[in-house]
Amino acid sequence: MLSRTASDLYWMSRYLERAENLARMLDVSYSLSLMPQDGRGDGLDELAMPLLITGTLDDYLNRHGELHAERMLNFFALDADNPASIYSCLAAARSNAHAVRGRITADMWENINASWLEMRGIAEQGLGRYGISRFCEWVKERSHLFRGATFGTIMRGEAYRFIRLGTFIERADNTLRLLDARYEMLGEEADAVSDTSARGYYQWSALLRALSSFEAFTEIYRGSPRTRKVTELLLLRPDVPRSLRACVDELNLMLGGLPGDNGRPAQRLAAELEARLRYTGIDEVLGEGLHTWLTDFILLVRQLASAIHSSYLEAA
Amino acid sequence: MARVFYDEMYDANGHCRPHYQEFARWLADTPPELLAQRRREADLLFHRAGITFTLYGDEQGTERLIPFDTIPRSIPASEWRIVERGCIQRVKALNMFLADLYHDQRILKAGIIPPEQVLANEQYQLAMQGLDLHRDIYSHISGVDLVRDGDGTYYVLEDNLRTPSGVSYMLEDRKMMMRLFPELFAVQRIAPIDHYPNLLLDTLRSSSPLDNPSVVVLTPGRFNSAYFEHAFLAREMGVELVEGADLFVRDDRVYMRTTAGPRQVDVIYRRLDDAFLDPLAFNPDSMLGVPGLLAAYRSGNVVLANAIGTGVADDKSVYPFVTDMVRFYLDEEPILKNVPTWQCRKPEELSHVLANLPELVVKETQGSGGYGMLVGPAASAAEIEAFRTRLKARPEAYIAQPTLCLSTCPTFVETGIAPRHIDLRPFVLSGRETRLVPGGLTRVALREGSLVVNSSQGGGTKDTWIVED
Repeated sequence: MLSRTASDLYWMSRYLERAENLARMLDVSYSLSLMPQDGRGDGLDELAMPLLITGTLDDYLNRHGELHAERMLNFFALDADNPASIYSCLAAARSNAHAVRGRITADMWENINASWLEMRGIAEQGLGRYGISRFCEWVKERSHLFRGATFGTIMRGEAYRFIRLGTFIERADNTLRLLDARYEMLGEEADAVSDTSARGYYQWSALLRALSSFEAFTEIYRGSPRTRKVTELLLLRPDVPRSLRACVDELNLMLGGLPGDNGRPAQRLAAELEARLRYTGIDEVLGEGLHTWLTDFILLVRQLASAIHSSYLEAA
Repeated sequence: MARVFYDEMYDANGHCRPHYQEFARWLADTPPELLAQRRREADLLFHRAGITFTLYGDEQGTERLIPFDTIPRSIPASEWRIVERGCIQRVKALNMFLADLYHDQRILKAGIIPPEQVLANEQYQLAMQGLDLHRDIYSHISGVDLVRDGDGTYYVLEDNLRTPSGVSYMLEDRKMMMRLFPELFAVQRIAPIDHYPNLLLDTLRSSSPLDNPSVVVLTPGRFNSAYFEHAFLAREMGVELVEGADLFVRDDRVYMRTTAGPRQVDVIYRRLDDAFLDPLAFNPDSMLGVPGLLAAYRSGNVVLANAIGTGVADDKSVYPFVTDMVRFYLDEEPILKNVPTWQCRKPEELSHVLANLPELVVKETQGSGGYGMLVGPAASAAEIEAFRTRLKARPEAYIAQPTLCLSTCPTFVETGIAPRHIDLRPFVLSGRETRLVPGGLTRVALREGSLVVNSSQGGGTKDTWIVED
């Protein structure tokens, strides 16, 4: 397969997964911002969280000067000038799909094209009229639909593998960042012996819901979410589809099935990460310090992404 | 002005021609609501599938649909066989002309074409001089534009030997007709065309001396107006669709960058003009081409289809000599006629043209797509005067032809069914043999009275049927 084609497929699914993750982030921050708050109590800190996580807060402040609920929401969701907005991610995903429309099935193309046309309609209406929660639901649903169309129609060849690689690199990165941000938000409370405060409960359950893992949590652990259990679930459980372990397993599987020798560095790194998670217990992670551990792993996932790039996507 | 148009469906007395009778019967029996509903369905299907083209000069780069008309253009098989032979004859002569021009130049020495007409032409490529091509084929894919005058005679309006487009619409129009109106295909024998991509691949493979050459389609990219067609043909042939940046040249060989490392490319079906192919040899600003491609080509390590330098043979200033080429190289009488043409570079012909502008069509010798031309009878006095100034300033850049009547075909328009002018572009493939699928692309000028069928000027398309009589 042409490297450019592989690259377009990979980025198509990365951008779509990113749009979905942004919507998940936005959804949880928006609902938390409506809760009774400590401190200033206006929920603005919570609304600024998605901007902080995606590294776009400075960009926002340069343009808009102050924290302002409606402007932040619009900047994050619909601003075409913000390359990290949900709108821009969907535009990029559709543009990548357009470039390889001969390589994806008609079902996939029509699905992503329709998403984009609807996205433009929503942007014209504005978030206020469409509704924020409804918008987040819509983005998730379109992403689910596309994944379903992909899974149900595309041949299990190279194209499929690069699409899956894009999805899981993006998802692994997202799970790590979200966990890190929530942990930091809780501050000392997170490490307290009895982290049973209402705040802790809401923070963790919001995170679980954002990652569609709340049901899994209650089924596996029961009881209210605590740092140790939440972390174990989101980092080490292979059976939770948005956990780090599940993402790395899938990446390892997809890379292992690609032909040719030029992908060895990426294949080796994926296998190493897979082994590392498989043989790590949650006490080791917490013993090292969760923030330190997460920061290290974010870097490793980034290294894997660039190994995929240099091995396949820009190969000469 | 009383003009007599040849109508494809009805004769001068208003009787339906024999090869349209099945269709006419069907049309009379089908309720108009059903037809309208099917037409809306066609629009929807074309939109959803994204069968679109991009209009140059449109700021938003909007993707537009080419209007599709559901009344087919039908040609009796006996008539088609003559057109087919004429197209094959013409393209063979043009290929022989290019081989001769880039080698011995016998036709120039024989005094049949004035040397300055071709050697000083911008489209003449010195780099091709003396280069031997496999099978001596230059134009592997040719589009011959045909129109019919008032008495129904076919004329060649122009030859397209660079990167003729439109074949994807020919194929999609047929698919759409079969989907919307299968009953029409059951009651009569309409020659199939779906195997075109197969023939195209066969032609491209036979253009290389190798047994199993690797073929790619080279596109300028997704912002090109014909990108849909490039992607369509690559997909139908099952070959890679590449952009310039996907290819590179090492040791005079062309490779594409793949996920499994470099892979050599043997045949490039390029949909990119000569000037953009290789920034080292041609336009240095081109970001679309492949540095070193010309050197690889000249070393014989890669085939370009079409070859470099074919534009000199489809230039409008060379057009008047094509019938002479047929006589010179094949020793045959041309089956298809040329439209009588005045060459404005000749002073006596220029004065005739200037005196008769309101009746003539004047074209730039190197123009295409219906841009920069004057249709005398349809132009205002001011437009004619403006054109006169341009013509006088650069007479050598123009040719003039009488305004042909252009045949009409019944077409759905807002007020119902009305005659609209059409042309025909069959696609001729030259490889081991020279052949074409029956029919071609019929373009229709949707505006009443308009003679310009180009999609960039508001033209639509029709399915083209070759009906066994």
